[in-house]
Amino acid sequence: MRSITNFATTLVIGAAAIYGVLSTYWFLSTLSGPGFALGFASVAGSLTKFALQAAISVAVIYLVWKFLSEDRKEPVVKNLLIGTPYLWLLALFLVPFVIVLKISLSDTALAIPPYTPTLDLAAGWKGITDFFSELDFENFVWLTEDDLYWKAYLSSLKIALTSTILTLLVGFPIAYGMARAPTEWRATLLMLVILPFWTSFLIRVYSWMGILSQEGYLNQLLMSLGLISEPLIILNTNVAVYIGIVYTYLPFMILPIYSALEKLDGSLLEAAEDLGCSRLSAFWLVTAPLSKQGVIAGSFLVFIPTLGEFVIPSLLGGSKTLMIGKVLWEEFFSNRDWPVASAVAVVLLLILVIPIILFQRNEQKQREIDG
Amino acid sequence: MPQDVFAPWTDPNEKPIIQFQNVTKRFGDFTAIDDLTIDIYEREFFALLGPSGCGKTTMMRMLAGFETPTEGTILLSGQDIAPVPPNKRAVNMMFQSYALFPHLSIWDNIAFGLRRDKRPKDEVSQRVEEMLRLTRLEKFARRKPHQISGGQRQRVALARSLAKAPKLLLLDEPLGALDKKLRQETQFELMDIQEKTGTTFVIVTHDQEEAMTVASRVAVMDHGKIIQVATPADIYEAPNSTYVADFIGDVNLIRGKATGKDGDRLRIAWAEGQPEIVGTPNREFANGDTVHFAIRPEKVAISSEKPDSPNAIPGKVHDIAYLGNISTYHVELAGGQIIKAQTANNRRISRRSFTWEDNVWLSFTDTAGVLLET
Amino acid sequence: MRRFSWFNATSLTLGFAFLYLPMVILVIYSFNASKLVTVWAGFSTKWYGELLQNDAFLDAAWVTVKVAVMSSTLATVLGTIAAIVMIRAGRFYGRTLFSGMIYAPLVMPEVITGLSLLLLFIGIGLDRGVLTIVLAHTTFSMCYVSVVVSSRLVSFDQSLEEAALDLGCSPFQAFRLVTLPIIAPAVISGWLLAFTLSLDDLVIASFTAGPSATTLPMKIWSSVRLGVSPEINALSTLMIAVVTLGVISASIISKRGAVKQQREEQAAERAEAE
Repeated sequence: MRSITNFATTLVIGAAAIYGVLSTYWFLSTLSGPGFALGFASVAGSLTKFALQAAISVAVIYLVWKFLSEDRKEPVVKNLLIGTPYLWLLALFLVPFVIVLKISLSDTALAIPPYTPTLDLAAGWKGITDFFSELDFENFVWLTEDDLYWKAYLSSLKIALTSTILTLLVGFPIAYGMARAPTEWRATLLMLVILPFWTSFLIRVYSWMGILSQEGYLNQLLMSLGLISEPLIILNTNVAVYIGIVYTYLPFMILPIYSALEKLDGSLLEAAEDLGCSRLSAFWLVTAPLSKQGVIAGSFLVFIPTLGEFVIPSLLGGSKTLMIGKVLWEEFFSNRDWPVASAVAVVLLLILVIPIILFQRNEQKQREIDG
Repeated sequence: MPQDVFAPWTDPNEKPIIQFQNVTKRFGDFTAIDDLTIDIYEREFFALLGPSGCGKTTMMRMLAGFETPTEGTILLSGQDIAPVPPNKRAVNMMFQSYALFPHLSIWDNIAFGLRRDKRPKDEVSQRVEEMLRLTRLEKFARRKPHQISGGQRQRVALARSLAKAPKLLLLDEPLGALDKKLRQETQFELMDIQEKTGTTFVIVTHDQEEAMTVASRVAVMDHGKIIQVATPADIYEAPNSTYVADFIGDVNLIRGKATGKDGDRLRIAWAEGQPEIVGTPNREFANGDTVHFAIRPEKVAISSEKPDSPNAIPGKVHDIAYLGNISTYHVELAGGQIIKAQTANNRRISRRSFTWEDNVWLSFTDTAGVLLET
Repeated sequence: MRRFSWFNATSLTLGFAFLYLPMVILVIYSFNASKLVTVWAGFSTKWYGELLQNDAFLDAAWVTVKVAVMSSTLATVLGTIAAIVMIRAGRFYGRTLFSGMIYAPLVMPEVITGLSLLLLFIGIGLDRGVLTIVLAHTTFSMCYVSVVVSSRLVSFDQSLEEAALDLGCSPFQAFRLVTLPIIAPAVISGWLLAFTLSLDDLVIASFTAGPSATTLPMKIWSSVRLGVSPEINALSTLMIAVVTLGVISASIISKRGAVKQQREEQAAERAEAE
């Protein structure tokens, strides 16, 4: 009973606060919008309206708070604290997904918005049933029929997997070198790995365009060294995409491996040698298994975002580079086919669920080992 | 008492298993081991004792192969081990941190070294079972290192390093991570296992009690040099320097000058207006030489009347430490020097014989103390 | 372990060369006089001059900074609250859903986040512009802030707060006077992270920005799609310079603080020893 009253009080305060925020926004948007041009009368009108709304909201909050008994204040504050980010995420994260799901079940239409059906609440119950009866899986069937889509999914998986392996091959020796570096060097090395994180992703991808293009710096260098006579065609191929992914996601691979290797107690390697291992077999029997968690974490951190990558294939890849992020973008912006774009997103999400769950498990396991 | 019989270092025909010959180890400017020569014999339980930074761990790491001597040679069974890498040495080490592989079960940890030798499967499992029995770990074979207690981990580390039946086992502060009670139990367990397996043990420790308890011989080290090598009893009763006397147990040190001899007794003047101390030297002191007289508190008697003893010195009780089994009296002498005297509380009496500010007499026989040059 | 082994030295040199060479080349060629980006024709700063006269870029930069400041501030407030809720609120109704919603945006492909938010904004009839970008950026960057802050909160000794309550603070005072100062570094780095995420974002902004608002990444995007251009090189150099200066000075400040603290601790120990 108590918690219900607390909840109700929280709702009242929250509603009043949201009302206040919204009225402020409306007021500000009339000021900057066309309302301002309509002259003094309209501004004065909206100002009065705003003052009234703001007063209502402040008064409600004040009165409720004033008449709240002391021992109720804390649970109400707690509810408000939980409620604010909760509502925000519900409204701007979960609800949008439901909308994507809904639109993926709708049909394309030449209308605004460009799909049917739209929910007509004014028609009452019939409106709702009509709405649901018109939803279908047509778009998903379409995804299986047109081989563009499943080829794009497959090629995304292939590119993500290959580039994860490549990133691991490049990243592991760096992480290993960092972990074995003299202690006074490590902080600097770590900062050097993190620094690119803060630099614009777009710029980092862009920087390769000048290097890899046909008359780019790499070809200039190789030709002046006499290694090749014809410029290599790298830009606008999958090779460029791999290079771009390895380059931009390298820190994600290095950091977890480094932190696993850094924790590794040097006496374990000595113990292995003492018990008859060579350096190399000590690496395979001790270092490798003990850095496994870091390698897995790093691989997922590269694989998951790469799967839906859009910028890299668009800038560095060619017309033949198929990645699902790019397909979705084009479906939406070029074809304006919202339902299909939504269906593509839903399927991509379903594919991502598996690695995300595996990643979570790995993290959980790591925490158990550490704790 | 096997301890009395077992003394290969006194037998000139006995071949030492380890020989350090003029070994020096430098790290940059720092000399960790300074021209060190020592022999260790088979089946010995040899302790390297000293404060941190004295070079004892470096000695052990040179034996294991993780460091190479800058100068000099180390012989194992008469062969120079410098060119042999750690993984090829018949020497195993028990690490201070235990260094148990966290990703392997107890069983696999113990089997690790055996498998590196490519021993047949059933031999490996037989040996592992044997080691588990020896260290009473049968129940924990399938667990991972983080699922067992500190004492059990210590036993796993021991079992793992013993599994390959090394000629020589090195133990780096093996009991450092255990609490006092467990440490004492484990010391006896270590001695037991050492006797059962007949392996030569070299233990590094900074805990003098531990060294005294387990070792057949103790080497007291300081600044890369060995100050004294002797049995625990000799180290305690006949230290060769004030450093050793002070490092092992509690000691009173009185500095004086030799004034004359009465047969084999030496008289030492140590303070103006105080009776001279009479002691038995085991080397020659000329008149006027500086002598450090070292005497253990338990060899100093305390009484209220002047006793009939070769050495009797008056003083005043400054402090009393009651430790249950014994009491230590801190007695201030006329010159301000504090001498500790210990009495065993072997009768249950609430009556304290002496209390603060009492005038008392300290006495000891003329053979109780040791006369040291430095 | 004392020195670099040749293997480690080689892998580190090659690795860092790979990480930094492309950016170094970009910076060098931003001072190229030639319009042809790949041909060196002498040193010049003319592209910087042209950049500063390009109103479209300046407008976009202004929009980007506005969006970044607003969204990172909002995200820091919401993310910090969310972190406190996650670590301190104990059990509440829908906790699993809440933690799921905190972590999911971190692994969500940007195209999906962008698409779904756009569909929401259209669905509720919100005009797309600066506000919608701010809402979108706040939503995903609050999750990053919450992860950063909660990792600090986990290691935070709760008895400090209890001591404050014991000494007569109200829960709010305890938070303001004890908890907040201690987690402040994490909150600040959360803000910085949110700020750079917002500055950096292309995909989500492209979905949620209407025709009325263009951010700098969107502007860069539309121009680099056509190929390498010296103006973009100059712009990139400026952005790299700002970030590098910012990160290096931040790390120097925090390192100084750590060194100072260490020195003071040592001094205190020495004073006690005497």
